[in-house]
Amino acid sequence: MQRQFDWGRFLLIAIPFLWLLIFFLLPFAIVVKISLSDTANALPPYVPTLNLSEGWSGITSFFSQLDLESFAWLLDDKIYFLSYLNSLKIAFISTLLTLLIGYPMAYGLAKAPQRWRTVLLMLVILPFWTSFLIRVYAWIGILKPEGLLNMGLMSIGLIDQPLAIINTPTAVYIGIVYSYLPFLVLPLYATLEKLDQTLIEAALDLGCSPIQAFWKVTFPLSLPGVVAGCFLVFIPAMGEFVIPDLLGGSDTIMIGKTLWSEFFGNRDWPVASAVAVVLLLSLVVPIVIFQRIQERQREAEA
Amino acid sequence: MKKTFVHFKKLAVSALVATTLALSVSGVSSAEERTLNVYNWSDYVDNDVLKEFTEKTGIKVNYDVFDTNELLETKLLAGASGYDLVVPSANFLGRQIEAGVFQKLDKSKIPNLSNSWDMINQRIAAYDPGNEYSVNYLWGTIGIGYSEEKVKKALPDAPVDSWDMVFKPEVASKLAECGIYVLDSPSEIIPPAMKYLGLDPTDLSADNLKKVEEMLLKVRPYIKKFHSSEYITALANGDICVAVGYSGDIFQAESRAAEAKNGITVKYSVPKEGSLMWFDQMAIPKDAKNVAEAHEFINFLMEPKNMARISDAVSYANGNKASQEFIKKEITSNPAIYPTEDVLKNLFTMLPFDSKTQRLVNRTWTAVKSGQ
Repeated sequence: MQRQFDWGRFLLIAIPFLWLLIFFLLPFAIVVKISLSDTANALPPYVPTLNLSEGWSGITSFFSQLDLESFAWLLDDKIYFLSYLNSLKIAFISTLLTLLIGYPMAYGLAKAPQRWRTVLLMLVILPFWTSFLIRVYAWIGILKPEGLLNMGLMSIGLIDQPLAIINTPTAVYIGIVYSYLPFLVLPLYATLEKLDQTLIEAALDLGCSPIQAFWKVTFPLSLPGVVAGCFLVFIPAMGEFVIPDLLGGSDTIMIGKTLWSEFFGNRDWPVASAVAVVLLLSLVVPIVIFQRIQERQREAEA
Repeated sequence: MKKTFVHFKKLAVSALVATTLALSVSGVSSAEERTLNVYNWSDYVDNDVLKEFTEKTGIKVNYDVFDTNELLETKLLAGASGYDLVVPSANFLGRQIEAGVFQKLDKSKIPNLSNSWDMINQRIAAYDPGNEYSVNYLWGTIGIGYSEEKVKKALPDAPVDSWDMVFKPEVASKLAECGIYVLDSPSEIIPPAMKYLGLDPTDLSADNLKKVEEMLLKVRPYIKKFHSSEYITALANGDICVAVGYSGDIFQAESRAAEAKNGITVKYSVPKEGSLMWFDQMAIPKDAKNVAEAHEFINFLMEPKNMARISDAVSYANGNKASQEFIKKEITSNPAIYPTEDVLKNLFTMLPFDSKTQRLVNRTWTAVKSGQ
């Protein structure tokens, strides 16, 4: 009996770890290996510098010849830094916009009468039934000069020249906010729904206006949901490729597109991998630090 | 139908890109059902020919499309693409052969090779010595497609037979009002741009590329979009008035506009300063699972009547000499498709770039497109 219990516990913990090992750490190790390799006209198009079949001498020669040239290259050309910064900017603004739209949505959902909630939640999830790609593609039809939006606005006389939205950063923002909105609404809704109503009643009884009660009680208590939702929007938006490619113009440089052109255009898998490694580290490290700080705060409060 | 097809094609291409995981098209074939996985350019075949191949041989054809050589090349270099027959352009094919991507053709299984055109085979030998790895599918040129009425309205005396249309700021700025698209393909735009500047297009030195970059940056504001397939629909619908593109694509735009009777006449010109000639080659990857079927398919396409139908459908010249008598007159007699000696003089070909040059060329292109 005792042994069986341990076994189950072990499995319970091991499965997610194993999952991370196989689907995150192992691929990451492969990407790191490629980033340290040299390009070649071969199949695949790189020559690994690490040769494990030579045993110890292979490993020592690997370290003695380690030149990190792919990483050094990233500093040589300003395009990598610029596209990284631009991705950061686009991801940040999109997350902010998504929050501005998503918070009232989640709040409304949580406050809606019980019998409506299931239907409303369904409506939030419903778009997932259609492929992400097709939904983004549909925006082209809406935003293009002779598209639904421009035709609609022109027919009611609001504008007389089509608005240039498609192939601009604006279209990228629209695409990201639209695509990732459910990822923010759902965790936020989960937090807001569990919120203890009596706390707000207490705040109102003690003389808060409804607006004050919101800012003093509801909003601080919903912060974990806000943070979770923002991460779920920010991180994928940062590496987004499809949306800027379909909706953005050629001057919308983002790290995902730069990585694509390294991989496809230049056939330089080592540099492409180096971009991926730097991107991952630059996202993971601040997030880990952020979570540490939060944990410490929680401990301090407790 | 055509229109939805274009959309779907774009979707398919993007889907392949988005899922960096190269999902191999099922290469598993049961004993009863023979299959063939073909990866070819978008808008580049007569579907009836594919249907007939299946009817005749019982081989089911899974037909996928791409719209840039880069996309195809990355899948091939990653290995296990799952395709049995692919159609890269000759300059890409050259270095892919070197990388060991393809297997030699078993010419005994392709008796119809006797129909091929020596003039083309000789040119291909520069990329594929002895024509051992590939058979020409179609070939064509890069040039300027324009909507006659729209260009006339924007600039009555537009130099339609010259790169001035897109490379000269004074002209391009006028035409920008009705819209200019340019192929998103550095290896096919930069060499003609060098020719336009009077430089040797085979000398892709950093200095020369800098000059091209400066020239292109001056006209960059007038180019609405860089894209390798959308211009067919855009030109036919009248969304744009000028496109730098592949000859046959522009002829397809011409026939779509004519079918739609929307008052748009699309024309094509090979600029007098000189332009690129390219060849798309059928080849079989080393790791192809259905090698016999791929050979059968090549042999089927090399039957004169079949190749003629494809040329009829897509308005490109092919490398099958015997097919010429079956092709529509308006295609074989069109000097922009089957160039006369005069036009041929203006055409040049490019050899594969080494990786350093490739990077320089692509970097120039990024600089032009993004201004960075």
